[in-house]
Amino acid sequence: MTRTEILNELKKVFAPYTTNKEMLAGINDQTDLIKDLKINSANLVDIIIDAEAKYDIEIDYDSADKIINVGTCIDVIMEKLNQNK
Amino acid sequence: MSKRIVITGLGVVSPNGVGIPAFLHAIQNGISGIKFMPHYEELNFGCRLAGMPDFEWEKLKDYISDVTFYGLKGTNIGYGLIAALDAWADSGMKYETDEPRWETGCIFGNSIADTEAMKNVIIRVDNKEAKKLGSRVVEQAMNSGATSYITGRLGLGNKVITNSAACATGTQAILMGYEYIKHGYAKRMIVGSTEHVDTYVYGAFDSMRVLSRKFNDHPEQASRPMSSTAGGFIPGSGAGALILEDLDFALERNAKIYAEVLGGSSNSGGQRLGGTMTAANSTGVIRCIDEAMTTSNISASQIDLVSGHLTATNADRQEIENWTMALNRKGKDFPLTNSLKSMIGHCLSAAGSIESVAAILQIEHQFVHPNINLEDPNPVITNMVSIDSLPVKMIKKEVNIVAKANFGFGDVNSCIILSKYN
Repeated sequence: MTRTEILNELKKVFAPYTTNKEMLAGINDQTDLIKDLKINSANLVDIIIDAEAKYDIEIDYDSADKIINVGTCIDVIMEKLNQNK
Repeated sequence: MSKRIVITGLGVVSPNGVGIPAFLHAIQNGISGIKFMPHYEELNFGCRLAGMPDFEWEKLKDYISDVTFYGLKGTNIGYGLIAALDAWADSGMKYETDEPRWETGCIFGNSIADTEAMKNVIIRVDNKEAKKLGSRVVEQAMNSGATSYITGRLGLGNKVITNSAACATGTQAILMGYEYIKHGYAKRMIVGSTEHVDTYVYGAFDSMRVLSRKFNDHPEQASRPMSSTAGGFIPGSGAGALILEDLDFALERNAKIYAEVLGGSSNSGGQRLGGTMTAANSTGVIRCIDEAMTTSNISASQIDLVSGHLTATNADRQEIENWTMALNRKGKDFPLTNSLKSMIGHCLSAAGSIESVAAILQIEHQFVHPNINLEDPNPVITNMVSIDSLPVKMIKKEVNIVAKANFGFGDVNSCIILSKYN
């Protein structure tokens, strides 16, 4: 799975948690989940749970802490997907 | 302390009408909101009826953001939000604000959070899947869930309190809001209460044998306060909300004024002198009503209407006797008295706020709503008060002062005095 594919999938994962739909449509690696997408920090947990279910991976606490923007989110997902191989 | 406190907005989610126009129509026409619940039959409940609001969950999307809506499961929160936000809009104010509204607070009560929604939590935790619960459980499981959602939507910045006093909760919330404005702490308070009687709470009441079991085939006839054939209450769900304001503050913004809160009282019978966890100490009830009249600076003879607690249990007889003693009025001199529970059942924590909304509408539109299912009044009651005091049809008449009381488990009492705004 490429980074672009994951990025497009992530738009669906983020959708229920952001009211900023315009920003969501144009996200890139630098898009900050809290500052740009205005996602409530408590909801990051829900995004992690949804991503775990979507990709059948487990995101541990340390990895979850690395998720700040879209880029680091993709990094963590790719890392876990590769571990599953 | 000379401040006057008025009601400038109303909202309601009632078993017999969601929104003020539907609710007003229902109470004027004696429309019952009691329904048969097939699921309760499967659960082997003795009583299989409930007062359930005709509530479209999706409608919440018109009130809150999609993000807030997503993951909202607490039914009590949904009811409370709509009642409170409708009351706010009814009061002529906008929802949106960038700055906190420092002058406005909120006192909203409930009994417990939605345990049906909590069932998912229990199952997941027991399955060792607590990690999958997500971020939205705690905010809905906490007792202050409804209050938090309401204040968050409107940016309220004054005192924010969740009260809980069983069936006296709603009336107590109104009284507390009144007191905060009276004492100058706030200019405006959203007050009210919400209740969702889920199957787990319902089952616990069913086991106490305090619910009506003989009218399962006739839902609309099942809630029979003061009747000879009253055999217990019917649990109801819903929410009621009022906007209370300092009179000068309301006048400054040309707010519509529905009525005035003259005063009230909240006390406990101490579970002494005949009072228990589940039964009211009559001395406490009488003191509560008496204090409510004193703080309101009215005499008993001025009361046009008593909006009773009157649930359709054995306690109705004692309640009427308490009113005759507190008001020192009986027979033909006893004021008109009605129980909204005949139409909607007993909405527990939400009873006081929904019934207060009804009381205010009766002042606003000058009528007394009927007691339905009272074709056979209990002779013990009609020996104390005239049958003419217990109307079975709507009466159009001047209603200036209403005494609204509720009494709850724990031997707690609340009584407020509502008046036409002059």
